[in-house]
Amino acid sequence: MAFNRRKFMIRNASWMLIVVLLLLWEILCVGLEVPEYLFPAPTAVWSAGIDRWEPIMMHAWQTFFTTLVGFAIAVVVGVVLGIAVGTYPIVYKALYPLLVGFNSIPKVAFVPVLVVWFGIGTVPAILTAFLISFFPVLVNVATGLATLEPELEDVMRSLGASKLDILRKVGLPRALPYFFASLKVAITLAFVGSVISETVASNMGIGYLMMAASSSMDMALVFAGLIVIGVMGVVMYELFAWMEKRFTRWANRGSNSVAV
Amino acid sequence: MEFVTFEKVSLAYEEGGPLAIRDVSLSVRKNEFIAVVGPSGCGKSTLMKLVSGLSNPTSGYVYLNGREISGPQKCIGMAFQASNLLPWRTTLQNVMLPLEIVQPYRSQMRKKRKEFEEMARALIARVGLAGWEDKYPWELSGGMQQRASICRALIHKPELLMLDEPFGALDAFTREELWCMLQDLWREQPFTVVLVTHDLREAVFLADTVYVMSKGPGEILVRREVDLPRPRTLEDTYTEGFASQVHVLRDHIGAIRKH
Ligand SMILES: Nc1ncnc2c1ncn2[C@@H]1O[C@H](COP(=O)(O)OP(=O)(O)OP(=O)(O)O)[C@@H](O)[C@H]1O
Ligand SMILES: [Mg+2]
Repeated sequence: MAFNRRKFMIRNASWMLIVVLLLLWEILCVGLEVPEYLFPAPTAVWSAGIDRWEPIMMHAWQTFFTTLVGFAIAVVVGVVLGIAVGTYPIVYKALYPLLVGFNSIPKVAFVPVLVVWFGIGTVPAILTAFLISFFPVLVNVATGLATLEPELEDVMRSLGASKLDILRKVGLPRALPYFFASLKVAITLAFVGSVISETVASNMGIGYLMMAASSSMDMALVFAGLIVIGVMGVVMYELFAWMEKRFTRWANRGSNSVAV
Repeated sequence: MEFVTFEKVSLAYEEGGPLAIRDVSLSVRKNEFIAVVGPSGCGKSTLMKLVSGLSNPTSGYVYLNGREISGPQKCIGMAFQASNLLPWRTTLQNVMLPLEIVQPYRSQMRKKRKEFEEMARALIARVGLAGWEDKYPWELSGGMQQRASICRALIHKPELLMLDEPFGALDAFTREELWCMLQDLWREQPFTVVLVTHDLREAVFLADTVYVMSKGPGEILVRREVDLPRPRTLEDTYTEGFASQVHVLRDHIGAIRKH
């Protein structure tokens, strides 16, 4: 009996924590009589969410769409560059310092540039999502390829395998767990990118909605927007976590461990 | 007929750096089974890389089948101390990997897949892994993985098999079992073998000729023919003749240590 309860607790720990936090939040807000324009209670956020359901959904779809497009571009670019960096030492030497430098620039700094080039709206949001999320994909794919066991490479080469053969038969399958691990990171980063861009330079999307709501002191709506972003992030993360489990089951059984 | 020939081969991994092996000359007949023993770091693995063309000599010449080696050879089987099986492939798929790369199998793969699969299954059964074809490497014990690894090295019928301490990580019983398995495979369908090992009994049991290398930079110190009759059995390893062969080699190794 006690054992089962523990199992139950572990399985539902995350839900229970959320419920407890919501309760605490509600009690704090109601107990201290915090004004709603500063810090709305969960019930206020909820009712704002219900009231404004349609505009919220419209903006959420916009954000979801820009994020996915930016993420898709990031995956393609990340995989291609990752293969190049992981396969050719010269590309690695040439590109890596540049990429690391690029990655240390806060991506919000690119938004004004993108606005000048493309105007406000969807395009800069997609590009920001892309810029912020391709790096982990690139690094993980490159790592997966570059950490190929030298002996395995010897086995392949002594069979007369070409570089392409080695990549197809060994390198890419071996990099797959690294790749899927990076997708989880990249998708959440992509949301960060698109929302940042929308808050600065758009008239669409959750980021814009929150910006507009905060300038009219509608804090309940701001919080509703935050929660919507959070939910979308969790759902996509779980989707890729599931795919990772589904497609790279072997990686969790064998001796190969996976870095994120 | 000479199959592999080394002529005063030296190799330094870095230009102007220390030599890994120095002035190695040897020759291996077709279908001869040679073993290379020597202290750790003396250049045994380096020697294997030279034979297979994965490294090029800094000076000297390596010939394979009368032709000088330049670049990786096309049809060599290799197995190492770690089995290096691909964890996303089953035993059968792992064993069939070379057939997807080496010609003429590669271009016939689509048409003759069934036939090749039968070939692989037969070899797998031959090494005592029947029933494990569809298991993944992590479901196999270390000894079973090593058997699969040797199957993978032999499936495409290479003329040359390179073994770098293939039994090094196994327990004594499994190791001796695999000696017999390897000897049987080799006698059924002869191929040339270069075996690197730390185990002098293993070298004497399996090899026609044993080469002893010196501490790095490795040189060939002794070439010793093992003239014990074949097939050799595990009982033979307790005979006087076998023991004296091992002793002679041990004395040579001991002499290197004292230097
Ligand atoms: N890729 C490499 N780059 C530079 N030096 C190397 C490389 N591989 C081996 N060496 C050096 O060459 C020498 C011989 O190495 P090798 O691996 O051939 O030894 P070994 O006889 O196989 O040793 P062990 O019995 O421990 O496997 C060593 O001094 C080693 O440091
Ligand atoms: Mg070695």
